[in-house]
Amino acid sequence: MATTEEIRGKLAEIVNQVAGVNADDVQLDKSFTDDLDVDSLSMVEIIVAVEDEFDVQVPDEEAKNLRTVGDAVAYIERANA
Amino acid sequence: MSSRTVVVTGLGATTPLGGDVATTWAGLLEGRSGTHLLQHEWAEPLPARVAAEVAVEPTTVLERVEARRMDRSTQLATVAALEAWADAGLTVKGDDVDPERLAVSIATGIGGMQTLLGTWDTQKERGHRRVSPFAIPMLMANASAGSVGLRLGARAGVHTPVAACASSNESIAQGLDMIRLGRADVVLAGGTEGVVHPLTMATFGQMQAISRRNDDPEHASRPWDVDRDGFVLAEGAAMLVLESLEHARARGAHVYGTVVGAGYSNDAHDMVQPDPRGLGQTAAMTKALADAGLTPRDIVHINAHATSTPQGDVTEALSIRQALGDDVDHVVVNGTKSMTGHLLGGAGAIETLASVLALHHRTVPGTINIDTLEPDLGIDVATATRPLGDGDLAAINNSFGFGGANVAVLVTNENSSDPRDPDASGAAAGSPGRTGESA
Repeated sequence: MATTEEIRGKLAEIVNQVAGVNADDVQLDKSFTDDLDVDSLSMVEIIVAVEDEFDVQVPDEEAKNLRTVGDAVAYIERANA
Repeated sequence: MSSRTVVVTGLGATTPLGGDVATTWAGLLEGRSGTHLLQHEWAEPLPARVAAEVAVEPTTVLERVEARRMDRSTQLATVAALEAWADAGLTVKGDDVDPERLAVSIATGIGGMQTLLGTWDTQKERGHRRVSPFAIPMLMANASAGSVGLRLGARAGVHTPVAACASSNESIAQGLDMIRLGRADVVLAGGTEGVVHPLTMATFGQMQAISRRNDDPEHASRPWDVDRDGFVLAEGAAMLVLESLEHARARGAHVYGTVVGAGYSNDAHDMVQPDPRGLGQTAAMTKALADAGLTPRDIVHINAHATSTPQGDVTEALSIRQALGDDVDHVVVNGTKSMTGHLLGGAGAIETLASVLALHHRTVPGTINIDTLEPDLGIDVATATRPLGDGDLAAINNSFGFGGANVAVLVTNENSSDPRDPDASGAAAGSPGRTGESA
């Protein structure tokens, strides 16, 4: 079972890859749109990459609720639990 | 109606000869070939495997994240646009140009085909969920104009003429009109193409439109040579910063030359073959002369469409004779596709750019690979670099497209600043993707 920090780290790599955000800025309290300037289409790409990386399903209606990095990490932890 | 004078103040290009204008122009003067045998595995079964890919991969110049949201054609357009912008002495979203008076017109012949096909492959192989949400804004024909327009903050208009191989002469003509009509003070105009792909190579091969000189690829593009056997597909982009003379003078801009006229016509003859009587091509040149208020006597140079096809090159020679009459004798004609290959939607722009530089430097690049000139052409084809005389110079660049479009653009050396050392140009050095953003 990956730790919260490990999940955050992998998520940060994805966000960097897709949106060019510095991985160190991808911290749990950050909002994807307001703090990290990730646009809605990039968010779709991030969600799909998360599904591949963590072997989880993120339906579109759930994806809408993932406002912060912490929300996404918690979702992945719950899905993997 | 009094019309405003439109000058060229910035140039940008990424081509099979080089990743910028200075390298491309040097290649043209040296008579270097940008064509080669495709090394991709997919090319092996194809009958025609010669193409001209860009000398510098755009992804080595652009930021990684921005590049992955662009089709190849837009990557190339962006590299050329940023070089042209910096070359004009302008900074991205700087205060030298009122955004409400700045427009973009970037043509393409085919557009985001690589993204279209790649996305469809992804969907077939991995399902709809793996399709990029960026695919449509990447593959649409106006993606390059939109992307560059967004980047420059151009609010006066964002346009994409589509007329196959005549496309980017239409962009330049449109930019000329916009400035003349007072709809903009500055227009970034040009064209792009990035479709060296199995599908285009197979299709043009089936049409027998492209050269099969696989055993001698550097000599495959040979306009007006008796052994020509088709064009060589190229990729690349070229951009010109067009500006009202008034605006250019007010900011002390370097001026390469003046765009004085454009002429359009439609062959209305066949989808892919030129009218062998050359009526439409002749009309485009004649209309460009009339638009400019010039006569054939004023013309010293024509950069011909000259794609290296058996029929096309002969028809164009006829058209040039018809348009210029006896004055054809003092006109130096060249075919720079012999070196760059055929950039399709980028062809008009790179060749207008070459025409502007030819007048600016009073030097016409030659046409390479002519071992035996087609007899009885009745035009003076430059087979090596040729100097032009003193005084006022005017040149026509011809572009003709599938579908019937013929567009001639007429440029002069009026208002031209003294030529500067190309190596001294800020745009010639380093990475345009970054230097263009520096302020």
